[in-house]
Amino acid sequence: MADTTFPLTDIHAARATNRAQLAIGAFFAILRRDLVVTGREFVPFLLQALMQPLFFLFIFGKVLPGIGLAAGNFAALMLPGIVALTGMIAAMQGVTLPLVLDLGFAREIDDRLLSPLPVWWVALEKVIFGAVRGSVASSVIFPLGYLILGNGFAVRDDRIGMLIGMVILTGCVGSTIGLLMGTIIKPEHISLMFTLIFTPLLFTGCTYYPWSALRNIRWFQGLTLLNPLTYASEGLRYSMVPPVQGHDFPTLGLTWILLALCTSVVVLFWVGRQTFYKRVRT
Amino acid sequence: MSSGAGPQNGVGSAPAIAVSNLVKRYPKAKMNAVDGVSFEVSRGEIFGLLGPNGAGKTTTIGILTTAIVATEGRASIMDADVVRDPIGIKQRIAVVPQQSNLDRSLKVREILTFHAAYHGVPRKTRETLADRLLGELGLGERKNEKVNRYSGGMAQRLMIARALMHAPDVLFLDEPTNNLDPQSRLFLWERIRELNANGLTILLTTHDMDEADRLCHRIAVMDHGKILVNDTPAQLKKMIPGGTALEVRAWAPPENGFAGRVTAALEGTPGAAKVEALQEEAKDAEPGSLTYRVYSESANSLIGPVAQAVLAAGAQVRDLSVKQPSLEEVFIFLTGRHLR
Repeated sequence: MADTTFPLTDIHAARATNRAQLAIGAFFAILRRDLVVTGREFVPFLLQALMQPLFFLFIFGKVLPGIGLAAGNFAALMLPGIVALTGMIAAMQGVTLPLVLDLGFAREIDDRLLSPLPVWWVALEKVIFGAVRGSVASSVIFPLGYLILGNGFAVRDDRIGMLIGMVILTGCVGSTIGLLMGTIIKPEHISLMFTLIFTPLLFTGCTYYPWSALRNIRWFQGLTLLNPLTYASEGLRYSMVPPVQGHDFPTLGLTWILLALCTSVVVLFWVGRQTFYKRVRT
Repeated sequence: MSSGAGPQNGVGSAPAIAVSNLVKRYPKAKMNAVDGVSFEVSRGEIFGLLGPNGAGKTTTIGILTTAIVATEGRASIMDADVVRDPIGIKQRIAVVPQQSNLDRSLKVREILTFHAAYHGVPRKTRETLADRLLGELGLGERKNEKVNRYSGGMAQRLMIARALMHAPDVLFLDEPTNNLDPQSRLFLWERIRELNANGLTILLTTHDMDEADRLCHRIAVMDHGKILVNDTPAQLKKMIPGGTALEVRAWAPPENGFAGRVTAALEGTPGAAKVEALQEEAKDAEPGSLTYRVYSESANSLIGPVAQAVLAAGAQVRDLSVKQPSLEEVFIFLTGRHLR
């Protein structure tokens, strides 16, 4: 090193003076890092994301209708819920767990915070990465459902564009929830998080039942509207459930669905950005 | 003192680090964590920030590295303001923290190449540089492992390699040799000097006075959020009242009276500010052995008179040595003995 063997001058000469260019470069390098790491752990990632939906599809889509405890079209109504749930959980997990550990003690994120980009872009990168992760997990449910459900697999093919949009939005909601939780939960409370947040989210999110079917339990129907997962499930139901005798399956209104999902993403990201700031800049 | 480049006050170039009247007040805290700190570090200098735990060193570094927002005051690095141009700051600095924050999901070589990619270093340059640095820091053979099985010393070297990957102008080292074995410590000191010789400005914090003394061109001692002194190690050592000391070991027949007579003779020596009789340690105590420390503004000039005084008192001189005050004594003198 004493003879300045490393190309310091090259690096100084190549230094970008344009801050925006520098920041965008850093952003994509950080995103690439997350994708490389996940790509290397792709099989464990799939197992983690898909084990639960696999059994849900099998029991609720195949076993219950098979023994007469559920109607034949139950699988078609439940599949969108499983797509929504899987995407949302995969996105959340991709953001929350690494953030809790990093901010709690490992501080591996420091190297990224010291990269030449605005600090909140590091949070934005996490959210986008989480959304990609969630969308991939959601997409894999389709071939999985086709294999498990057989004849029970029914998805309309005239709303593919809306379907793709819903899958991505669901991932975004999941990763922004993940950002918020990852920045407020302490490492010692991780297991509590699963009980206190996942369980209510799971069961009030209209994943296993369509929202319209709750009309006889008004208070619960109202309660589900507080859960973003409800809108994701209903949005996917809107995009996936085939019409019966020319009638669309009744779901929440599309405008309300899109409005609620987009508002959730914006509000959760805005709040998550503040809590992220609190953890990384004092 | 480092053999490095030393401070360069180039004409027309801003100092590497300039801090003025920096204050950091945390809500609900009784006192300011940083309380009106000002200093400058010239380009090419190794600057040491010393102080007890909680003195405000880490907060000061946090402000300079954009992790902490100052309540008042200004700080800039290579002419870029830490608040107005954090991206420019991050491009110019590198930070080696006390504890490993290496990315454990990546392989060793990738830790370096990704870091460089974050900083916009072109692919070919970063690949070449990573291999070279891994070789130079003795990590070449294990570059495809993950860091889980790395020792503290190896992790430290890897963090230094990572810090160099984007060719920073200023390197922040937070207690760099804490918890390292002596070999790693020496290796690191060598590297720090070499980097400095190549023009890198370094700001380090340490509790190790020996380390500060060996490496730093200038040292600021901090306590309670304030800088108490800021000077070269040599100047700091002159701060102790009485300056240097002459330690004299004498021998007299183990009879009553000699010890007092020698003390009196030493105290009567012109130029002796204070005489201290030291207890001989039991293990090498020879009967009749006496040790004194004579404090003076200039201990060197007392060698002759002190020897004569001992002889005149009827004792023999066994050993005479001039003691320079250590930085540690300066540190304790400035910050007190109480525990933090």
